[in-house]
Amino acid sequence: MTAAPLLEARNVTKQFVIGNRFTAQGLRTVHAVDAVSLKIMPGETVGLVGESGCGKSTLGRCMTRLYDITGGELYFEGVDITTKTLRQMRPLRQRMQMVFQDPYASLNPRRRIRDLIAEPLRVHLRLSETEVRDRVRQLLDVVGLSPDHMDRFPHEFSGGQRQRIGIARAIALEPSLIVADEPVSALDVSVQAQIVNLLADLQERLSLTYVFIAHDLSVVRQVSTRIAVMYLGSIVELGSANDIFAKPSHPYTQALISAVPQPDLKKAGERKRIVLTGDVPSPINPPQGCRFHPRCPFATDKCREERPVLTEMAGTRSVACHYPLTA
Amino acid sequence: MLEVRDLRISFRTEHGRVRAIDGVSFDVAESEILGVVGESGSGKTISLLAVMGLINDPNAVIEGSIKLRGRELIGLKASEMRKLRGREIAMIFQDPMTAMTPVYTIGWQIAEQIMVHERIGKKAALARAIDLLAEVNIPNPREAIERYPHQLSGGMRQRAVIAMALSCNPALLIADEPTTALDVTVQAQILDLIRKLRRVHKSAIVFITHDMGVIAETADRVMVMYSGRVVERGTKAEILLEPRHPYTKALLDSIPPLEGEKPRRLKSIPGSPPSLLDLPKGCSFGPRCPSRFDKCAEKPPLEGGAHAAACFLKAAP
Amino acid sequence: MLLALIRRFGQMIFVMFGISVLVFLIFFVTPGADPAARIAGRNASPETLEAVRKSFGFDQPVWVQYYTLMKKLFVTQDLTSFVNRGWKVVPAVIDTIPVTLSLVIGAAVLWVIFGLLVGLIAAATRGSWIDKSLMALGLIGCAMPVYWLGEVMNLITQSRYHDSWMFSWVPPLGYKPLTEDPKGWFLTLVIPWITLSILYIGLYGRVLRANLIEAMQEDYIRTARAKGLSETRIMLRHALRTSLISFVTLFGLDFGALVGGAALLTEVVFGLQGVGKLTYDALQNLDLPVIMTTVIYASFFVVLANALVDVVYILLDPRVRSA
Repeated sequence: MTAAPLLEARNVTKQFVIGNRFTAQGLRTVHAVDAVSLKIMPGETVGLVGESGCGKSTLGRCMTRLYDITGGELYFEGVDITTKTLRQMRPLRQRMQMVFQDPYASLNPRRRIRDLIAEPLRVHLRLSETEVRDRVRQLLDVVGLSPDHMDRFPHEFSGGQRQRIGIARAIALEPSLIVADEPVSALDVSVQAQIVNLLADLQERLSLTYVFIAHDLSVVRQVSTRIAVMYLGSIVELGSANDIFAKPSHPYTQALISAVPQPDLKKAGERKRIVLTGDVPSPINPPQGCRFHPRCPFATDKCREERPVLTEMAGTRSVACHYPLTA
Repeated sequence: MLEVRDLRISFRTEHGRVRAIDGVSFDVAESEILGVVGESGSGKTISLLAVMGLINDPNAVIEGSIKLRGRELIGLKASEMRKLRGREIAMIFQDPMTAMTPVYTIGWQIAEQIMVHERIGKKAALARAIDLLAEVNIPNPREAIERYPHQLSGGMRQRAVIAMALSCNPALLIADEPTTALDVTVQAQILDLIRKLRRVHKSAIVFITHDMGVIAETADRVMVMYSGRVVERGTKAEILLEPRHPYTKALLDSIPPLEGEKPRRLKSIPGSPPSLLDLPKGCSFGPRCPSRFDKCAEKPPLEGGAHAAACFLKAAP
Repeated sequence: MLLALIRRFGQMIFVMFGISVLVFLIFFVTPGADPAARIAGRNASPETLEAVRKSFGFDQPVWVQYYTLMKKLFVTQDLTSFVNRGWKVVPAVIDTIPVTLSLVIGAAVLWVIFGLLVGLIAAATRGSWIDKSLMALGLIGCAMPVYWLGEVMNLITQSRYHDSWMFSWVPPLGYKPLTEDPKGWFLTLVIPWITLSILYIGLYGRVLRANLIEAMQEDYIRTARAKGLSETRIMLRHALRTSLISFVTLFGLDFGALVGGAALLTEVVFGLQGVGKLTYDALQNLDLPVIMTTVIYASFFVVLANALVDVVYILLDPRVRSA
């Protein structure tokens, strides 16, 4: 890839301080994202996967500067946005939008659909009321809703339709980057497929770039060109979606993929399930050395002491493991 | 052991009567796992809540017959039903984070259930709790009984909930999406555990889920529900490999594959599940069905013996 | 857990210190006014003013003034009122404390017991006529002003029906110390207790009912039902226990405020010489040393009550213990 990245994260770190200094434990630091570097190229879809507490959502919010980052640098379209203030970010917000998991919670229940979708247009662009109305009509059509629905309220829609409204809002300003945080996990399987298809269509039509955050591996594989697997705040493996699923290099990726229950009974016999022991450790007190070592079936003394860094292997694959499975 | 016949549940509301369950019948044999699949609003949870006698809404009307080992449960006195709950039939719920009372220890809550159903002292009940926690693979069960729910991780809490459900050796265990709120790697552990418990305890299990993958890993037989009706039932292999109902087929097709070539587009089902307030006449899947024809304006019966589908297309041989 | 307790009490001492400094600053260091003149009261003679200046050390640096005041309040306890010449303020405030405590503790016992009963019964019979009438009564209880209710009580028990068999036992208004006349103490306080507690019974009953009904919707109540527990056990062991947390918060705030002088109206109506009454009189006379002392006393009580509430929290809710 010779083109310049659309968004680049260099050693992005995000810590939260929680607790109360007057309680027994006092203040504690949550290491949500730990020195993550990632380049998002124009036109691609990067999937961020991992289990709860791996920092995928936090990373997504850092990328769009919904959170201030604790350390590292962020570049969007070549511009350093690490320390831009809210006001300075405003023109850039048009170019990067977020879609959230819960379409029920992210739409104001007391406002009509037309106003919900028109809001970003009114805030950022100087359009006449007729222009706004035409644009809203057009946007509803793009996301597969009837323009007759303009005057309804969010509660009159099903979950899938609400997510369409959320997407219409996000693409209203013709952004180049959309960060979608678990956009289909609250939806039923049959509706989930509709939204996945819609996102793919929009990508083609509007030449969008996605960062797609989800815990559902099969959905992530379907939508992503590249995938970053996260564990306890760091990327443990990065590579093209097809490669990673066909030949995982990191033991965690391998276990994660093998743990997904699949409805395909024909292949059930061939698959080898790896059941990890224990739970994901707390990001308040991450393990020393490789953060995966307490659950890793191949861990050695080296893994307990030395933390592996994300290193490039053959092709486009990078792995943070001392003993990658596919050398 | 469990026979449900023509179960109908409706709610009186200001918009008139809303029918949530419309003539559901199914059997569960001793020590088998019946998987119940469906999307939200399909009635999978509520029909099993009815088996538990846990529909508390005063506006609910429950008709039909639910027989547990020959004993009719509908119309049973509240005090009699209470004796069955927790001892003969137990239920575990989706979210382990909120399923236990936050202010009591795990041991206390398990012992409470044992002491309600059996004449047993607190010490003996706590000792049983320790054994149960060990059985569900909670490390250091002796210490774990002193823990409060918030001190355990999600996976550990779900294990504790399962231990509690098993405490009186129930004949039937109803598991309502027990792994949906858990991470994939933890889900794999819990599914392993449930399979192991079935072998050891010989309880029959009804496993409610929306995930066909989970069904593939656990169930013996499967029942697919759509808007308050059973649309297809059969063995796991029949349902997953040769689905007869267009809905089952479409549901299986809409899951993105984890291996092989990626399809350019996913096959999706157009529209969304119908609102219970406004059910279509005839087949309720009709409006979204690709193979709809004239006859679908009537209500299709569930026919076809062991592998049955409620569809006119397939019922005709 | 012990550490949490120590921390909490350390925090309490810190807040109390902060309050004493704040009160000192407001009364002594407000710019543009001579604190001596205010302490001495209206129409004070030049000699009195001079005595005040000397006594409070107004010719010395601010921190010495603060030290002098604290010493007068807590160590030598010889803070004197200049409006009522030579009246020692601290013993006067201390004298009123048993009166207020008797009134408030007795009322608190009543309102906790009946508040719990009303809340539990209403929640258990939700939607029935029992629930509806209890809630209506509770609302009336909340709505009646305490001074009006007190006067009505007095009218009934002291004059109109005093000679009937029902109220002939009610002694005249006033306070009898518990140590000297336990029976008299109890009898004089019965009517004030009832009067003061009615408002809080209504309030607490309604709040508890709402909390219980909310708790009954929780997932763990469904689990409890699935375990085969009886409705009574579910209500008392599972729902009430978790609902008590907000009940206790409310109680701490109200109790602290009442002991700190908010029972003023009840004290005035029933002729009880309590902290509230003392503050009220001092305000009318602009008796600054008394006002200052009662302000500090009252705020200390609110802080103390809050600290105790937090301790009860720690006992009630294991999540607070470790989080």
